[in-house]
Amino acid sequence: MLQLFHDLIAFFEDSGLADNIRENDLLFPLIESIHVVAICLVVGSILFVDLRLLGLASVHRAVSRVASGILALTWTAFAVALASGGLLFISNATKYLANPYFVAKLLLIAAAGVNMMIFHGISAKDMTQWEDKARLPLRARLAGGLSILLWIAVVACGRWIGFTMQVH
Amino acid sequence: MFDVALKQFCDWLAATALSHTIQAVSWIIPTVQTIHILSVAVLFTAAVLVDLRVWRLLDRDVPVADVARRFLPPIWPIVLVLLITGSLLIIGEPRRSLLNSTFYLKMALLAVALALTAILQWSLSSAPKMPNKKAMWRVEQLAAAASILVWSGILFAGRWIAYTQAG
Repeated sequence: MLQLFHDLIAFFEDSGLADNIRENDLLFPLIESIHVVAICLVVGSILFVDLRLLGLASVHRAVSRVASGILALTWTAFAVALASGGLLFISNATKYLANPYFVAKLLLIAAAGVNMMIFHGISAKDMTQWEDKARLPLRARLAGGLSILLWIAVVACGRWIGFTMQVH
Repeated sequence: MFDVALKQFCDWLAATALSHTIQAVSWIIPTVQTIHILSVAVLFTAAVLVDLRVWRLLDRDVPVADVARRFLPPIWPIVLVLLITGSLLIIGEPRRSLLNSTFYLKMALLAVALALTAILQWSLSSAPKMPNKKAMWRVEQLAAAASILVWSGILFAGRWIAYTQAG
């Protein structure tokens, strides 16, 4: 199983595409810039929803309406961040996997995803009863607070990857 | 002439106590950069949300003035945070940006983006009182499209500073 994973990583890392991203002076910063734009939209839009959950912003709008206005942007940007991040990753897959901040970043994104699923699947089941209120139940505020902390940590790890790995 | 003065200024700045501290303590620059990027994330998203609303791509159930009032005013204090964190980064590594044309491109784009934000904020919040609303809406759409492009350009330039620094 682990062998298969390593073969798969090697396959992508040795591909012509990965080689191009590695060697071309323009391609890497270009993809990186797209990644930064996408990440900013993902983190910024999620932060706005989190601030609503915490009762710090948009308190006069119901949670579901704040979220529905923003989440289309979040998911579009997330898809772009994933695609551009994937391209950066395959250009130096082995080095990235050996970088603790890269691994931590992936785990933190996964944790943010689990936090979101717990909120939508369990905590927000009876959301229609409280989503209009400025001050939300503790479980909603916890989900928002945790989400903010996790995404700040994701951005910090992303920045630290650049200082602990010299690929360019 | 100006070149020499700028280089001397960079060397003077790099020799200050504050610059020495920023250079010597390894976690300061990545931490300040993280705060800088998080601020950019909030500011950029706020601007884009308003721009998309002007183009009627989201939140159509609320008046555009409400969306503008919710998201545009917070941009100004965030710009202040960006100026402070950005200045700290410059003090830590003056030559990285001050001798880098990409940095000046970024600052020029910032001036345009802030002007567009001010125009949109003024226009959107006073929209109902305007006599020729239709024409104004066209201007607002143009300003909104330009806003997305210029802010994106600023983010690109920010990343590019790392690749175009001298020496």
